[in-house]
Amino acid sequence: MVWLWTDILIWLLVVLCIIGGYYSSKHPHLREPWKRVAQSSVAVASGTFLAAFIIVGLLDSLHFKAGENDPDHGEVISALDVVMRPLRKNQEKTYSAPFALHLFAKETVEMPDGSQQRIYPRLKHGGAHLESEEERAADIYQNVISALLMALITWMILVAMVGLWRSEGRTFKETISVWICVRCRVQLGVSKGFPWPTLLWTAMLLLILLFLMITLGGKYHILGTDKVGEDVLYQALKSIRTGLVIGTLTTMVMLPAAILLGVMAGYFRGWIDDVIQYLYTTLNSIPGVLLIAASVLMLQVYMDNHADEFASVIERADLRLLFLCIILGITSWTGLCRLLRGEAMKIRELDYVQASQAFGVSHMRILMRHLVPNVMHIVLITIVLDFSGLVLAEAVLSYINIGVDPTTQSWGNMINSARLEMAREPVVWWSLSAALIFMFTLVLSANLLSDRVRDAFDPKLRGIQ
Amino acid sequence: MTAYIIRRILYAIPILIGVNLITFVLFFMVNSPDDMARMHLGVKRVTPESIEQWKVERDYDKPLVFNVEEDGSDRFTQTIFYQKSLALFAFDFGSSDSGRDISYDISQRMWPSLAIALPVLIVGLLTNISFALLLVFFRATYVDFMGVVLCVIMMSISALFYIIGGQFLVGKVLHLVPVSGFGEGIAAWKFLVLPVLIGVIGGIGGGTRFYRTLFLEEAHRDYVRSARAKGLSEIKVLFGHILKNAMIPILTGVVVALPLLFMGSLITESFFGIPGLGSYTIDAINSQDFAIVRAMVFLGSVLYILGLVLTDISYTLVDPRVKLN
Amino acid sequence: MLSACGQAWNNPYPQSQAGKNIYYSAFGERPKHLDPARSYSSNEWSFLSQIYEPPLQYHFLKRPYELVPLMASKMPEVVFLDADMQPTDDPQQVAYTDYLINLQQGARYQPHPALATDAEGEARYNAKWPGLEDVHTLADFEHTGTREVTAEDYVYQVKRLASPELHSPIAGLMKEHIVGFEAFQKSVSQAYEKLKQKTGEKHPWLDLNGYQMEGVSALDRYNYRIRLEGLYPQFIYWLAMNFFSPMPWEAERFYHLPGLKENNITLDWFPIGSGPYMLTENNPNLRMILQKNPEFRGETYPVEGEESDKASGILDDAGRDLPFIDTAIYSLEKESIPRWNKFLQGFYDLSGIGSDSFDQAVQFGGSGEVQLTEEMRQQGIELQTSSATSIFYFGFNMKDPVVGGDSQRARLLRQAISIAVDYEEFISIFRNGRGVPAQGPLPPGIFGHREGSEGINKVVFREVDGRPVRRSIDEAKALLAQAGYENGIDPDTGSRLTLYYDSTATGPDDKALLNWYRKQFQKLGIELVIRASDYNRFQDKMAKGTAQLFTWGWNADYPDPENFLFLLYGPNSRVDHHGENAANYNNPEFDALFDRMKYLPSGEERQQIIDQMVEILHKDAPWVWGFIPVDYVLRHQWYHNTKPNLMANNTLKYRRIDTSLRDQKRVEWNPPILWPLLLIAVIFIVTLVPAIMLYRRHERSRAR
Repeated sequence: MVWLWTDILIWLLVVLCIIGGYYSSKHPHLREPWKRVAQSSVAVASGTFLAAFIIVGLLDSLHFKAGENDPDHGEVISALDVVMRPLRKNQEKTYSAPFALHLFAKETVEMPDGSQQRIYPRLKHGGAHLESEEERAADIYQNVISALLMALITWMILVAMVGLWRSEGRTFKETISVWICVRCRVQLGVSKGFPWPTLLWTAMLLLILLFLMITLGGKYHILGTDKVGEDVLYQALKSIRTGLVIGTLTTMVMLPAAILLGVMAGYFRGWIDDVIQYLYTTLNSIPGVLLIAASVLMLQVYMDNHADEFASVIERADLRLLFLCIILGITSWTGLCRLLRGEAMKIRELDYVQASQAFGVSHMRILMRHLVPNVMHIVLITIVLDFSGLVLAEAVLSYINIGVDPTTQSWGNMINSARLEMAREPVVWWSLSAALIFMFTLVLSANLLSDRVRDAFDPKLRGIQ
Repeated sequence: MTAYIIRRILYAIPILIGVNLITFVLFFMVNSPDDMARMHLGVKRVTPESIEQWKVERDYDKPLVFNVEEDGSDRFTQTIFYQKSLALFAFDFGSSDSGRDISYDISQRMWPSLAIALPVLIVGLLTNISFALLLVFFRATYVDFMGVVLCVIMMSISALFYIIGGQFLVGKVLHLVPVSGFGEGIAAWKFLVLPVLIGVIGGIGGGTRFYRTLFLEEAHRDYVRSARAKGLSEIKVLFGHILKNAMIPILTGVVVALPLLFMGSLITESFFGIPGLGSYTIDAINSQDFAIVRAMVFLGSVLYILGLVLTDISYTLVDPRVKLN
Repeated sequence: MLSACGQAWNNPYPQSQAGKNIYYSAFGERPKHLDPARSYSSNEWSFLSQIYEPPLQYHFLKRPYELVPLMASKMPEVVFLDADMQPTDDPQQVAYTDYLINLQQGARYQPHPALATDAEGEARYNAKWPGLEDVHTLADFEHTGTREVTAEDYVYQVKRLASPELHSPIAGLMKEHIVGFEAFQKSVSQAYEKLKQKTGEKHPWLDLNGYQMEGVSALDRYNYRIRLEGLYPQFIYWLAMNFFSPMPWEAERFYHLPGLKENNITLDWFPIGSGPYMLTENNPNLRMILQKNPEFRGETYPVEGEESDKASGILDDAGRDLPFIDTAIYSLEKESIPRWNKFLQGFYDLSGIGSDSFDQAVQFGGSGEVQLTEEMRQQGIELQTSSATSIFYFGFNMKDPVVGGDSQRARLLRQAISIAVDYEEFISIFRNGRGVPAQGPLPPGIFGHREGSEGINKVVFREVDGRPVRRSIDEAKALLAQAGYENGIDPDTGSRLTLYYDSTATGPDDKALLNWYRKQFQKLGIELVIRASDYNRFQDKMAKGTAQLFTWGWNADYPDPENFLFLLYGPNSRVDHHGENAANYNNPEFDALFDRMKYLPSGEERQQIIDQMVEILHKDAPWVWGFIPVDYVLRHQWYHNTKPNLMANNTLKYRRIDTSLRDQKRVEWNPPILWPLLLIAVIFIVTLVPAIMLYRRHERSRAR
């Protein structure tokens, strides 16, 4: 195994989430809001999509050095790379449209009779199994049908399993209806609770997409290829990890500092408050882009001077990604800090805190026992709300060349190359569209979920529901 | 009030010193004065002597923050940091490393920035508030639901896409406005239409959703209920009560952003070839002109602090209960 | 509706410019220097060369490039002197070379406040002039003046090249050649320091007229002489560059007036020349405007050209008075996409082709010849291609222990890589075929370049039917095995050989490029690690010699093989001598040949030496030879006299524009399309209707 820095942090985050989940399940005041989230269909549907993204991201965070017998011998690859080997290896020469059989640009080719002609050459991999070009439509059709069938079968097994697990003495027909039909649920008088049909139908959608990728991905370039002939679908899937890392780690890395400083400022007031306020006002008043630009350049200088410490491209790129997270974190933690300070100021005036103080409980203890737990909902809301903004920010930063490493697959990088592709005639639209659709799906799911989470956790909004 | 403002201004000084120090450290960790000299002297046939000369001429030959060769206070004053930072506090930005007067450039370039940022702010505010009111008005109906979904969708689209797409469609395909560029005086309007439009559209998603939440919060308060109970029409409730009371957070949110409008928008400006402060900053970063970068950071910080002070003042103006102390 | 207002909606220029004889172009980056002693980049020269006039210029039409007089009345007289100052013809005896230049009479400077005089003939603007602090552009000065260009002005400019205040980029080079240059530099430096201390000013004005440079002197009002140490035949080319334009000393005095520098009014920013154009507006944030110089002495369009020029119609204007265009407006345009779109809409007269708009503009005919697409031809756009006098190469740092050095092992490794890095593919992917793979350091059009089978680099290519065909990857692998890296495995470490490519490409746009390089090395089983850094860091690495692989380019200063081969000359090594030999290649045999080649006139003997040199280079492979770019230029049908000339920059004066055709086409090509706006409005209203109905129902239900 090869553990990159971001890998370690991601898995650490996973462990933290599991612990947090366990902890929440034991405490009713935390369990209740989550239950409310889980009862919303929108949250469940978007959560399912997010889960799919997270699975891809986690697969892509298991890196290892390919072994002796591996075709990628010596390279650091991820589990996702192994799963998607056909996509990764089927490289063309340059652009080709989705499902195309020919390159997108003409090339001078020597014909069998020795003459030279400018033609659109056949792709090396896309549709290479076809005998003649007319078969393509029929072939795609067949593959789609079989993918749908497979998805249906898998889904039915899934439904049957869920049904058997909690049949609760219903007839077969009723059981099935309960699990896949919202209206039937109401008719059959099943209590509200977790919207299973939504989950299962979303799963159906995801299964169809998965099987389409499996059956068609190896034979065609579903989303076309980019300028150097790399499969766009592969790029888009690889970008998921970058998006998730930026979205989550950025808030995570600065979280301890933000919480501690914010709460301390609000609790202690006086000179501590002044110092902390000074710190974040100063940081906040520097235009963020400049701070990021300077820091990223600085990292490059460091890397150039210590070139031997970064044996492989992937490590360099990874460190830059992590650094970008940290620096983005530095520019964005001040907002959270300010919120927490305000909240802490309110809490410290509350009776039980005053009482603790009167009893001579140490400040540290009061902070840890009373303040931090009571501002955690703000932290959680901030994390989920920031996520999508950060994913979008990455693209903008890449535009001014201070984003992720150019060798890192990211939607930002894809969109930025597409900037120039839009000026081509005919337009190369697939890279841009693929990146936008993937990014859009992620951000949309995250936005929808975060809305529900905020509604569930924000005490101010609780009354409105 | 006056005492408060004076205190805030005094409070700003250590912040600005801190900002200066951070910028300075960051920049010189990245760039040695040698790098800057090379950048400015060009590519071909640059000799070490000419680099030395360049540094001497622009006072970059001194140590960065501490001069061991001098005595007493000169140890601190005969340094790049001291010499280059002091003048900033008098708003004397000096000349850029390429020799141009920065204050003059800034005074020339802030107007185009403002010409875009201000309409975007005003038109954007009006659009967002109207849409948000529309959604609140139709709350819990399909309009509200579709509207929120639309907002989330629009928020989930990268700003770059709006710019690329807008320029492609309006400028190239429809031939309605010039693709890019800028004009002087009134003639500038046709260059501004598209960037302003894109700026507004790009902000609709987030803005509308934000104001909707704001209005919804107000809509659930008791006074609104009682207003409704009185039998006021929904429109009257919306404008007379909800909007009026939500004005405070809206206004203060705008005021804090006002001074920073001068800084311009980095990407829009460089994409549309608008000679504002945003593109000025980007150019300076790219060409590593430290003098400009420092001036812009300083200006940005000053404006930010100004924004904070203005916010406080505006609070007292709109809400008589708040007292500054 | 459209014809009523007479102008396209999307016209970026004001109505008042309609029908005027104006040339429209763009600049992407503001020029850093407009002082002819300092400027050394082509984007600056595209302005400067219209304003300043050195003694010589390149003939607009003739190829190969030929120097002809510009301000000189005839070509300079070259006299060789021996150590006793006696004329000699024996190259061994030559100790000095004299260039005697005779100037045209009656040439005058553009109207300029620096030359404004009062009734007594004294300079009108002096330190006592009131209101100098409030001046922000030259136009704020009410009075202007002019005077004749004299030999003294040329001498003065050479002195400026040595000035410590200006640090001219060619001072280092001229120090080696012009007699007395170094001594002059020293004495002026001292005087300058003294003056600084005396006046306490940061940039005091030192009148260079008070100091003499031994090798440069005005013989009379229209004749001057430049004396060089020994032989330097390439010097004649320098006389066609802006560095050797005339500079009136009054300009320096004027620009040193108190307060002007603080207001951005410097010689580096507001030129004063005698050429066909003068810079009247210089706003780097928006646009730069060149206008016809009313004092221009007059020049006529060349009457001779190549054979093909007669047919192409470019000689139609032969003998007519130059310049044709009244005004040239350069607008700031940073992004390539808007620029390209504006060209297509007719708002720029001329455009290069970016890689991404290439397919839109150009297609290859049935047999591979380049032609414009149907769409372009309908717009009447014309295409001109020309092979550039530059080279892009992939260099090995010869100081590197792995890829560098004279060992056979490293040489084989370099050769294997040279085969593996497939520049034909590079050209086809990244440049749409706009380039030819280089067979050596000399691009076509430079003396010494060999066409056809003689020129083929036998190490990398095989000859098939007289055309070069890249050797197969198996051959490269065999070379690699010979070098001891079987299948790319480094025997010392047992794992893959890892090489480092130092790149300045850090942006997302470069991702494809970097991936491509990695792919090339993977073919050999070598892992290529990209060390991306900014340009400064890269320069630093090059100067210290810590880079391993790098890509770089060179653009010719003048059309002589010396200007390319010196890039590999040992004493020019970057690490040891801060020279332009970035690969730090050092081969005594090559260096000896270079020393001979440098002084020979272009002829059979020189060609043979160059052939030998190139062969050494092929074998040693210090560069992967990369490619020679081919420039594609598109022009609109109304824009005339645009033969590509890569050496001359002062070509604006030859251009001619058919303005009425342009105005007509602009309107024709840019009809505003309004229906989508109407559609959006309709959709908006339609969606609101059910909403309003809903509201009505809602209100009614509340009322109930």
